[in-house]
Amino acid sequence: MENTILEVRSLSKSFGKVEVFDDISFSLEKGSVMAMIGASGSGKTTMLRCLNFLETPDEGQILVNGECIYDALDSSTHQEKDIRHKRLHFGLVFQSFNLFPQYTALRNVTLACELLATENSDYRTGRSRIISDINSRARNLLDQVGLSDKLDSFPHQLSGGQQQRVAIARALAMKPDILCFDEPTSALDPELTGEVLKVIKSLAEVHTTMLIVTHEMSFARDVADNVVFMDSGAIVEQGPPSQVISNPRESRTRQFLDRYLE
Amino acid sequence: MFWTVTGKLLDGFALTCLIFVVTLFFSLILGLPVAFGSMSRFKPLRWLTRTFVWVIRGTPLMLQVIIVFYGPSLIWERVTPLSRMTAVLVAFVINYSAYFSEIYRGGIEAIPKGQYEAAQTLGMTKVQIFFRVVLVQVVKRIVPPMSNEILTLVKDTSLARIIAIKEVIWMGQEFIASRALLWPLFYTGAFYLVFCGLLTLIFGKIEKKLDYFKV
Repeated sequence: MENTILEVRSLSKSFGKVEVFDDISFSLEKGSVMAMIGASGSGKTTMLRCLNFLETPDEGQILVNGECIYDALDSSTHQEKDIRHKRLHFGLVFQSFNLFPQYTALRNVTLACELLATENSDYRTGRSRIISDINSRARNLLDQVGLSDKLDSFPHQLSGGQQQRVAIARALAMKPDILCFDEPTSALDPELTGEVLKVIKSLAEVHTTMLIVTHEMSFARDVADNVVFMDSGAIVEQGPPSQVISNPRESRTRQFLDRYLE
Repeated sequence: MFWTVTGKLLDGFALTCLIFVVTLFFSLILGLPVAFGSMSRFKPLRWLTRTFVWVIRGTPLMLQVIIVFYGPSLIWERVTPLSRMTAVLVAFVINYSAYFSEIYRGGIEAIPKGQYEAAQTLGMTKVQIFFRVVLVQVVKRIVPPMSNEILTLVKDTSLARIIAIKEVIWMGQEFIASRALLWPLFYTGAFYLVFCGLLTLIFGKIEKKLDYFKV
Protein backbone atom coordinates (compact mmCIF):
# COMPACT_ATOMS: atom_id res chain seq x y z
CA MET A 1 0.00 0.00 0.00
CA GLU A 2 3.00 2.34 -0.10
CA ASN A 3 1.81 3.61 -3.46
CA THR A 4 -1.44 4.88 -1.99
CA ILE A 5 -1.73 8.57 -2.78
CA LEU A 6 -5.23 9.22 -1.48
CA GLU A 7 -7.03 7.57 1.35
CA VAL A 8 -10.55 8.49 2.35
CA ARG A 9 -11.62 7.14 5.73
CA SER A 10 -15.29 6.85 6.68
CA LEU A 11 -16.28 10.23 5.29
CA SER A 12 -19.84 11.46 5.89
CA LYS A 13 -21.66 14.55 4.77
CA SER A 14 -25.17 15.89 5.32
CA PHE A 15 -26.86 19.08 4.25
CA GLY A 16 -29.08 19.82 7.22
CA LYS A 17 -31.12 16.66 7.66
CA VAL A 18 -30.42 15.34 4.19
CA GLU A 19 -27.65 12.79 4.26
CA VAL A 20 -25.59 13.01 1.07
CA PHE A 21 -23.24 10.14 1.80
CA ASP A 22 -22.35 8.16 4.86
CA ASP A 23 -19.23 6.31 5.96
CA ILE A 24 -17.46 6.30 2.60
CA SER A 25 -13.96 4.79 2.48
CA PHE A 26 -11.72 4.15 -0.48
CA SER A 27 -8.15 4.61 -1.55
CA LEU A 28 -6.43 5.56 -4.75
CA GLU A 29 -3.08 4.33 -6.05
CA LYS A 30 -0.56 6.77 -7.43
CA GLY A 31 -0.78 6.87 -11.22
CA SER A 32 -4.10 5.08 -11.35
CA VAL A 33 -7.51 6.17 -12.55
CA MET A 34 -10.68 5.73 -10.56
CA ALA A 35 -14.11 6.23 -12.04
CA MET A 36 -17.10 6.96 -9.84
CA ILE A 37 -20.43 6.03 -11.31
CA GLY A 38 -23.95 6.12 -9.98
CA ALA A 39 -27.28 7.87 -10.40
CA SER A 40 -27.63 11.61 -9.92
CA GLY A 41 -27.95 12.42 -6.24
CA SER A 42 -25.95 9.41 -5.12
CA GLY A 43 -23.30 11.69 -3.57
CA LYS A 44 -20.46 11.45 -6.11
CA THR A 45 -20.17 15.15 -6.85
CA THR A 46 -20.39 16.15 -3.20
CA MET A 47 -17.61 13.65 -2.51
CA LEU A 48 -15.35 15.38 -5.04
CA ARG A 49 -16.28 18.77 -3.62
CA CYS A 50 -15.29 17.57 -0.15
CA LEU A 51 -11.87 16.48 -1.42
CA ASN A 52 -11.40 19.95 -2.91
CA PHE A 53 -12.52 21.65 0.32
CA LEU A 54 -15.54 23.21 -1.36
CA GLU A 55 -17.66 21.37 1.18
CA THR A 56 -16.72 20.38 4.71
CA PRO A 57 -17.28 16.73 5.61
CA ASP A 58 -19.09 16.11 8.90
CA GLU A 59 -17.12 13.00 9.78
CA GLY A 60 -14.05 11.13 8.63
CA GLN A 61 -10.53 11.79 7.43
CA ILE A 62 -8.75 12.52 4.18
CA LEU A 63 -5.12 11.46 3.80
CA VAL A 64 -2.82 12.44 0.95
CA ASN A 65 0.53 10.66 0.70
CA GLY A 66 -0.10 9.32 4.18
CA GLU A 67 -0.48 12.79 5.68
CA CYS A 68 -3.84 13.60 7.23
CA ILE A 69 -5.01 16.81 5.57
CA TYR A 70 -8.51 16.71 6.99
CA ASP A 71 -9.91 15.21 10.14
CA ALA A 72 -13.45 16.12 11.11
CA LEU A 73 -12.55 15.72 14.79
CA ASP A 74 -9.35 17.76 14.66
CA SER A 75 -10.13 21.42 14.17
CA SER A 76 -6.45 22.24 13.63
CA THR A 77 -6.89 20.69 10.16
CA HIS A 78 -9.66 23.18 9.35
CA GLN A 79 -7.54 26.35 9.34
CA GLU A 80 -8.56 28.65 6.51
CA LYS A 81 -5.02 29.58 5.49
CA ASP A 82 -3.82 25.97 5.39
CA ILE A 83 -6.84 24.86 3.41
CA ARG A 84 -5.81 27.07 0.52
CA HIS A 85 -2.56 25.14 0.20
CA LYS A 86 -4.11 21.74 0.90
CA ARG A 87 -6.51 22.33 -1.96
CA LEU A 88 -3.53 22.24 -4.29
CA HIS A 89 -3.14 18.51 -3.71
CA PHE A 90 -6.26 18.29 -5.85
CA GLY A 91 -7.23 19.77 -9.17
CA LEU A 92 -10.86 20.00 -10.16
CA VAL A 93 -12.39 20.11 -13.61
CA PHE A 94 -16.00 21.27 -13.37
CA GLN A 95 -19.01 20.17 -15.33
CA SER A 96 -19.58 23.79 -16.43
CA PHE A 97 -15.87 24.56 -17.19
CA ASN A 98 -15.86 27.79 -15.13
CA LEU A 99 -13.15 29.46 -17.18
CA PHE A 100 -12.54 33.11 -16.36
CA PRO A 101 -14.30 34.91 -19.23
CA GLN A 102 -12.10 38.03 -19.20
CA TYR A 103 -8.86 36.14 -19.82
CA THR A 104 -7.48 34.37 -22.87
CA ALA A 105 -6.99 30.62 -22.86
CA LEU A 106 -3.31 31.10 -22.06
CA ARG A 107 -3.99 33.58 -19.26
CA ASN A 108 -6.59 31.27 -17.77
CA VAL A 109 -3.84 28.68 -17.42
CA THR A 110 -1.09 30.98 -16.14
CA LEU A 111 -2.99 33.31 -13.77
CA ALA A 112 -3.19 31.13 -10.66
CA CYS A 113 0.38 29.83 -11.15
CA GLU A 114 1.75 33.35 -11.25
CA LEU A 115 -0.24 34.40 -8.20
CA LEU A 116 1.04 31.39 -6.32
CA ALA A 117 4.63 32.04 -7.44
CA THR A 118 4.52 35.50 -5.85
CA GLU A 119 4.51 33.73 -2.49
CA ASN A 120 7.90 32.14 -3.19
CA SER A 121 10.88 33.71 -1.49
CA ASP A 122 12.87 33.88 -4.74
CA TYR A 123 10.05 35.59 -6.66
CA ARG A 124 11.51 39.07 -6.45
CA THR A 125 14.92 38.18 -7.76
CA GLY A 126 13.84 35.66 -10.38
CA ARG A 127 10.58 37.26 -11.44
CA SER A 128 11.05 37.34 -15.20
CA ARG A 129 12.49 33.82 -15.35
CA ILE A 130 9.66 32.41 -13.20
CA ILE A 131 7.01 34.06 -15.34
CA SER A 132 8.54 32.89 -18.58
CA ASP A 133 8.77 29.35 -17.16
CA ILE A 134 5.10 29.45 -16.24
CA ASN A 135 4.24 30.74 -19.68
CA SER A 136 6.14 28.08 -21.58
CA ARG A 137 4.69 25.37 -19.34
CA ALA A 138 1.19 26.69 -20.01
CA ARG A 139 1.86 26.66 -23.75
CA ASN A 140 3.00 23.06 -23.51
CA LEU A 141 -0.11 22.08 -21.57
CA LEU A 142 -2.41 23.77 -24.08
CA ASP A 143 -0.50 22.01 -26.82
CA GLN A 144 -0.99 18.74 -24.99
CA VAL A 145 -4.79 19.23 -24.98
CA GLY A 146 -4.65 20.14 -28.67
CA LEU A 147 -5.21 23.88 -28.41
CA SER A 148 -1.87 25.38 -29.42
CA ASP A 149 -3.71 27.49 -32.02
CA LYS A 150 -6.17 28.92 -29.47
CA LEU A 151 -3.77 30.49 -26.96
CA ASP A 152 -5.16 33.98 -27.46
CA SER A 153 -8.82 33.06 -27.78
CA PHE A 154 -11.27 34.15 -25.12
CA PRO A 155 -13.60 31.53 -23.62
CA HIS A 156 -16.65 32.84 -25.50
CA GLN A 157 -14.81 32.27 -28.76
CA LEU A 158 -14.26 28.58 -27.95
CA SER A 159 -16.61 25.62 -28.23
CA GLY A 160 -17.65 23.79 -25.08
CA GLY A 161 -15.18 21.00 -25.78
CA GLN A 162 -12.36 23.48 -26.27
CA GLN A 163 -13.29 25.34 -23.09
CA GLN A 164 -13.24 22.12 -21.13
CA ARG A 165 -9.81 21.28 -22.53
CA VAL A 166 -8.53 24.68 -21.43
CA ALA A 167 -9.99 23.93 -17.99
CA ILE A 168 -8.07 20.66 -17.92
CA ALA A 169 -4.83 22.46 -18.83
CA ARG A 170 -5.57 25.07 -16.16
CA ALA A 171 -6.01 22.39 -13.50
CA LEU A 172 -2.85 20.54 -14.63
CA ALA A 173 -0.82 23.74 -14.45
CA MET A 174 -1.06 23.68 -10.66
CA LYS A 175 0.61 20.23 -10.66
CA PRO A 176 -2.03 18.54 -8.50
CA ASP A 177 -1.34 15.12 -7.00
CA ILE A 178 -4.83 14.03 -7.95
CA LEU A 179 -6.87 15.47 -10.79
CA CYS A 180 -10.62 15.29 -10.19
CA PHE A 181 -13.28 15.49 -12.88
CA ASP A 182 -16.90 16.28 -12.07
CA GLU A 183 -18.92 14.95 -15.00
CA PRO A 184 -16.57 16.65 -17.46
CA THR A 185 -18.69 15.95 -20.53
CA SER A 186 -22.22 16.31 -19.14
CA ALA A 187 -22.59 19.91 -20.31
CA LEU A 188 -21.31 19.16 -23.81
CA ASP A 189 -23.09 18.40 -27.05
CA PRO A 190 -22.63 14.70 -27.90
CA GLU A 191 -20.31 15.44 -30.83
CA LEU A 192 -17.94 17.34 -28.52
CA THR A 193 -17.55 14.77 -25.76
CA GLY A 194 -15.07 12.72 -27.80
CA GLU A 195 -12.34 15.36 -27.87
CA VAL A 196 -12.48 15.81 -24.08
CA LEU A 197 -12.53 12.08 -23.34
CA LYS A 198 -9.57 11.66 -25.68
CA VAL A 199 -7.57 14.18 -23.65
CA ILE A 200 -8.44 12.43 -20.39
CA LYS A 201 -7.45 9.11 -21.93
CA SER A 202 -4.09 10.53 -22.99
CA LEU A 203 -3.54 11.71 -19.41
CA ALA A 204 -4.29 8.20 -18.17
CA GLU A 205 -1.68 6.84 -20.55
CA VAL A 206 1.03 8.95 -18.90
CA HIS A 207 -0.20 7.80 -15.47
CA THR A 208 -1.84 10.94 -14.20
CA THR A 209 -3.65 10.10 -10.99
CA MET A 210 -7.29 10.82 -11.65
CA LEU A 211 -10.66 10.54 -9.95
CA ILE A 212 -13.46 10.85 -12.47
CA VAL A 213 -17.16 11.20 -11.77
CA THR A 214 -18.85 10.26 -15.01
CA HIS A 215 -21.93 8.93 -16.72
CA GLU A 216 -19.94 7.70 -19.72
CA MET A 217 -19.89 3.98 -18.96
CA SER A 218 -17.90 2.79 -21.93
CA PHE A 219 -15.34 5.49 -21.28
CA ALA A 220 -15.09 4.47 -17.62
CA ARG A 221 -14.60 0.87 -18.70
CA ASP A 222 -11.80 1.82 -21.11
CA VAL A 223 -9.86 4.27 -19.00
CA ALA A 224 -10.36 3.36 -15.34
CA ASP A 225 -8.25 0.98 -13.29
CA ASN A 226 -10.91 0.95 -10.62
CA VAL A 227 -14.60 1.69 -10.67
CA VAL A 228 -16.69 2.69 -7.69
CA PHE A 229 -20.45 2.41 -7.92
CA MET A 230 -22.31 4.66 -5.50
CA ASP A 231 -25.97 4.51 -4.66
CA SER A 232 -27.89 6.66 -2.15
CA GLY A 233 -24.75 7.85 -0.43
CA ALA A 234 -22.96 4.54 -0.07
CA ILE A 235 -20.40 2.57 -2.06
CA VAL A 236 -22.24 -0.47 -3.29
CA GLU A 237 -19.50 -2.10 -5.28
CA GLN A 238 -15.92 -1.38 -6.25
CA GLY A 239 -13.29 -3.15 -8.27
CA PRO A 240 -11.75 -3.28 -11.73
CA PRO A 241 -14.11 -2.28 -14.58
CA SER A 242 -14.09 -5.85 -15.86
CA GLN A 243 -15.96 -6.71 -12.71
CA VAL A 244 -18.07 -3.65 -11.77
CA ILE A 245 -19.16 -2.65 -15.24
CA SER A 246 -18.93 -5.86 -17.25
CA ASN A 247 -19.80 -8.38 -14.55
CA PRO A 248 -21.44 -6.64 -11.59
CA ARG A 249 -22.05 -8.76 -8.51
CA GLU A 250 -24.61 -6.53 -6.86
CA SER A 251 -28.15 -6.38 -8.21
CA ARG A 252 -28.29 -2.60 -7.64
CA THR A 253 -25.24 -2.15 -9.87
CA ARG A 254 -26.81 -4.32 -12.55
CA GLN A 255 -30.07 -2.34 -12.43
CA PHE A 256 -28.18 0.92 -12.79
CA LEU A 257 -26.02 -0.31 -15.65
CA ASP A 258 -28.95 -1.81 -17.53
CA ARG A 259 -30.31 1.69 -17.94
CA TYR A 260 -27.00 2.94 -19.35
CA LEU A 261 -25.77 0.07 -21.47
CA GLU A 262 -28.79 -0.73 -23.55
CA MET B 1 -28.91 89.56 -24.31
CA PHE B 2 -28.08 85.99 -25.33
CA TRP B 3 -24.60 86.27 -23.92
CA THR B 4 -25.77 87.79 -20.65
CA VAL B 5 -28.20 84.92 -20.21
CA THR B 6 -25.58 82.36 -21.17
CA GLY B 7 -23.15 83.83 -18.65
CA LYS B 8 -25.72 83.70 -15.83
CA LEU B 9 -26.79 80.19 -16.71
CA LEU B 10 -23.16 79.07 -16.76
CA ASP B 11 -22.83 80.40 -13.21
CA GLY B 12 -25.76 78.23 -12.22
CA PHE B 13 -24.44 75.30 -14.21
CA ALA B 14 -21.18 75.45 -12.26
CA LEU B 15 -23.16 74.62 -9.11
CA THR B 16 -25.03 71.88 -10.96
CA CYS B 17 -21.69 70.36 -11.94
CA LEU B 18 -20.34 70.73 -8.41
CA ILE B 19 -23.29 68.82 -6.96
CA PHE B 20 -22.93 66.19 -9.69
CA VAL B 21 -19.20 65.61 -9.28
CA VAL B 22 -19.12 65.56 -5.48
CA THR B 23 -22.17 63.29 -5.24
CA LEU B 24 -20.82 60.93 -7.86
CA PHE B 25 -17.39 60.68 -6.24
CA PHE B 26 -18.55 59.99 -2.70
CA SER B 27 -21.55 57.80 -3.44
CA LEU B 28 -19.62 55.59 -5.84
CA ILE B 29 -17.29 54.87 -2.92
CA LEU B 30 -19.87 54.73 -0.13
CA GLY B 31 -22.15 52.50 -2.18
CA LEU B 32 -19.66 49.66 -1.77
CA PRO B 33 -19.81 49.26 2.03
CA VAL B 34 -23.58 49.63 1.84
CA ALA B 35 -23.70 46.86 -0.78
CA PHE B 36 -21.52 44.59 1.36
CA GLY B 37 -23.71 45.42 4.37
CA SER B 38 -26.85 44.35 2.55
CA MET B 39 -25.16 41.08 1.54
CA SER B 40 -23.68 40.44 4.98
CA ARG B 41 -24.17 37.05 6.59
CA PHE B 42 -24.54 38.88 9.92
CA LYS B 43 -28.31 39.28 10.08
CA PRO B 44 -28.69 42.49 12.16
CA LEU B 45 -26.29 44.33 9.86
CA ARG B 46 -28.03 43.08 6.75
CA TRP B 47 -31.42 43.99 8.17
CA LEU B 48 -30.23 47.45 9.16
CA THR B 49 -28.64 48.18 5.78
CA ARG B 50 -31.63 46.94 3.82
CA THR B 51 -33.98 49.07 5.93
CA PHE B 52 -31.77 52.08 5.27
CA VAL B 53 -31.85 51.40 1.53
CA TRP B 54 -35.61 50.91 1.63
CA VAL B 55 -36.21 54.22 3.42
CA ILE B 56 -33.86 56.17 1.17
CA ARG B 57 -35.20 54.70 -2.05
CA GLY B 58 -38.76 54.84 -0.78
CA THR B 59 -38.91 58.56 -0.07
CA PRO B 60 -38.42 61.52 -2.42
CA LEU B 61 -34.94 62.97 -2.70
CA MET B 62 -36.52 66.42 -2.44
CA LEU B 63 -37.89 65.54 0.99
CA GLN B 64 -34.51 64.19 2.06
CA VAL B 65 -32.84 67.47 1.07
CA ILE B 66 -35.35 69.42 3.13
CA ILE B 67 -34.95 67.14 6.13
CA VAL B 68 -31.16 67.29 6.10
CA PHE B 69 -31.22 71.08 5.86
CA TYR B 70 -33.99 71.95 8.35
CA GLY B 71 -34.21 68.80 10.44
CA PRO B 72 -31.22 68.94 12.79
CA SER B 73 -31.78 72.52 13.99
CA LEU B 74 -35.49 71.86 14.47
CA ILE B 75 -34.83 68.86 16.68
CA TRP B 76 -31.86 70.25 18.62
CA GLU B 77 -32.15 74.01 19.04
CA ARG B 78 -28.47 74.55 19.66
CA VAL B 79 -27.29 72.91 16.48
CA THR B 80 -26.20 75.40 13.85
CA PRO B 81 -27.75 74.44 10.54
CA LEU B 82 -25.56 73.11 7.76
CA SER B 83 -24.81 75.45 4.92
CA ARG B 84 -27.23 75.04 2.05
CA MET B 85 -24.67 73.44 -0.23
CA THR B 86 -23.42 71.05 2.46
CA ALA B 87 -26.98 69.95 3.20
CA VAL B 88 -27.63 69.26 -0.48
CA LEU B 89 -24.40 67.30 -0.83
CA VAL B 90 -25.05 65.23 2.30
CA ALA B 91 -28.58 64.36 1.19
CA PHE B 92 -27.48 63.56 -2.37
CA VAL B 93 -24.55 61.39 -1.28
CA ILE B 94 -26.75 59.41 1.11
CA ASN B 95 -29.45 59.00 -1.53
CA TYR B 96 -27.16 57.93 -4.33
CA SER B 97 -25.10 55.61 -2.13
CA ALA B 98 -28.30 53.66 -1.54
CA TYR B 99 -29.07 53.44 -5.26
CA PHE B 100 -25.51 52.56 -6.25
CA SER B 101 -25.30 49.93 -3.51
CA GLU B 102 -28.21 48.10 -5.09
CA ILE B 103 -26.51 48.20 -8.48
CA TYR B 104 -23.29 46.85 -6.94
CA ARG B 105 -25.22 44.14 -5.12
CA GLY B 106 -26.97 43.09 -8.31
CA GLY B 107 -23.64 42.95 -10.15
CA ILE B 108 -21.85 40.98 -7.46
CA GLU B 109 -24.67 38.50 -6.91
CA ALA B 110 -24.89 37.85 -10.64
CA ILE B 111 -21.39 36.32 -10.72
CA PRO B 112 -21.80 32.54 -10.94
CA LYS B 113 -20.67 30.58 -7.89
CA GLY B 114 -18.50 28.49 -10.20
CA GLN B 115 -16.16 31.45 -10.75
CA TYR B 116 -15.35 31.60 -7.04
CA GLU B 117 -15.06 27.84 -6.78
CA ALA B 118 -12.76 27.51 -9.78
CA ALA B 119 -10.52 30.23 -8.37
CA GLN B 120 -10.54 28.61 -4.93
CA THR B 121 -9.53 25.22 -6.25
CA LEU B 122 -6.62 26.95 -8.00
CA GLY B 123 -5.39 28.18 -4.62
CA MET B 124 -6.24 31.87 -4.93
CA THR B 125 -6.83 33.97 -1.84
CA LYS B 126 -10.11 35.82 -1.27
CA VAL B 127 -8.47 39.11 -2.16
CA GLN B 128 -7.01 37.67 -5.36
CA ILE B 129 -10.37 36.19 -6.31
CA PHE B 130 -12.09 39.55 -5.86
CA PHE B 131 -9.55 41.65 -7.74
CA ARG B 132 -8.33 39.19 -10.40
CA VAL B 133 -11.48 37.25 -11.19
CA VAL B 134 -14.67 38.90 -10.01
CA LEU B 135 -14.14 42.66 -10.24
CA VAL B 136 -13.94 43.14 -14.03
CA GLN B 137 -16.95 40.90 -14.51
CA VAL B 138 -18.92 42.98 -11.99
CA VAL B 139 -17.86 46.21 -13.69
CA LYS B 140 -18.99 44.89 -17.05
CA ARG B 141 -22.36 43.93 -15.64
CA ILE B 142 -23.01 47.20 -13.85
CA VAL B 143 -22.03 49.69 -16.56
CA PRO B 144 -25.51 49.83 -18.18
CA PRO B 145 -27.55 50.29 -14.97
CA MET B 146 -24.86 52.62 -13.64
CA SER B 147 -25.02 54.92 -16.67
CA ASN B 148 -28.78 55.11 -16.27
CA GLU B 149 -28.49 56.12 -12.65
CA ILE B 150 -25.76 58.66 -13.35
CA LEU B 151 -27.84 60.35 -16.05
CA THR B 152 -30.66 60.56 -13.52
CA LEU B 153 -28.26 62.23 -11.10
CA VAL B 154 -27.46 64.94 -13.67
CA LYS B 155 -31.11 65.92 -13.76
CA ASP B 156 -31.77 65.36 -10.04
CA THR B 157 -29.31 68.16 -9.23
CA SER B 158 -32.13 70.57 -10.12
CA LEU B 159 -33.87 69.51 -6.89
CA ALA B 160 -31.29 71.55 -4.96
CA ARG B 161 -33.29 74.69 -5.76
CA ILE B 162 -35.82 73.62 -3.10
CA ILE B 163 -33.46 75.06 -0.48
CA ALA B 164 -32.43 77.98 -2.70
CA ILE B 165 -29.27 76.67 -4.30
CA LYS B 166 -28.91 78.79 -7.40
CA GLU B 167 -28.34 76.00 -9.86
CA VAL B 168 -29.00 76.38 -13.54
CA ILE B 169 -32.81 76.14 -13.55
CA TRP B 170 -33.04 78.64 -10.71
CA MET B 171 -30.93 81.03 -12.76
CA GLY B 172 -33.13 80.53 -15.80
CA GLN B 173 -36.28 81.13 -13.86
CA GLU B 174 -34.95 84.38 -12.45
CA PHE B 175 -35.22 85.89 -15.92
CA ILE B 176 -38.98 85.39 -15.84
CA ALA B 177 -39.29 87.53 -12.74
CA SER B 178 -36.65 90.14 -13.54
CA ARG B 179 -37.10 90.61 -17.30
CA ALA B 180 -40.24 88.68 -18.25
CA LEU B 181 -38.20 86.33 -20.44
CA LEU B 182 -39.31 82.70 -20.76
CA TRP B 183 -36.73 81.38 -23.21
CA PRO B 184 -33.78 81.29 -20.77
CA LEU B 185 -35.67 78.61 -18.82
CA PHE B 186 -35.99 76.49 -21.95
CA TYR B 187 -32.37 77.23 -22.72
CA THR B 188 -31.31 75.49 -19.49
CA GLY B 189 -32.50 72.26 -21.08
CA ALA B 190 -29.67 72.56 -23.61
CA PHE B 191 -27.11 72.44 -20.79
CA TYR B 192 -28.53 69.16 -19.49
CA LEU B 193 -28.76 67.72 -23.01
CA VAL B 194 -25.15 68.48 -23.84
CA PHE B 195 -23.90 67.20 -20.49
CA CYS B 196 -25.90 63.98 -20.72
CA GLY B 197 -24.81 63.57 -24.33
CA LEU B 198 -21.17 63.71 -23.30
CA LEU B 199 -21.74 61.20 -20.51
CA THR B 200 -23.55 58.85 -22.90
CA LEU B 201 -20.53 58.95 -25.20
CA ILE B 202 -18.21 58.14 -22.30
CA PHE B 203 -20.35 55.21 -21.14
CA GLY B 204 -20.49 53.95 -24.71
CA LYS B 205 -16.68 53.98 -24.79
CA ILE B 206 -16.45 52.08 -21.52
CA GLU B 207 -18.94 49.46 -22.70
CA LYS B 208 -17.02 49.05 -25.91
CA LYS B 209 -13.78 48.67 -24.00
CA LEU B 210 -15.26 45.78 -22.01
CA ASP B 211 -16.66 44.18 -25.13
CA TYR B 212 -13.69 41.86 -25.58
CA PHE B 213 -15.25 39.25 -23.32
CA LYS B 214 -18.73 37.98 -22.58
CA VAL B 215 -20.14 37.14 -19.15
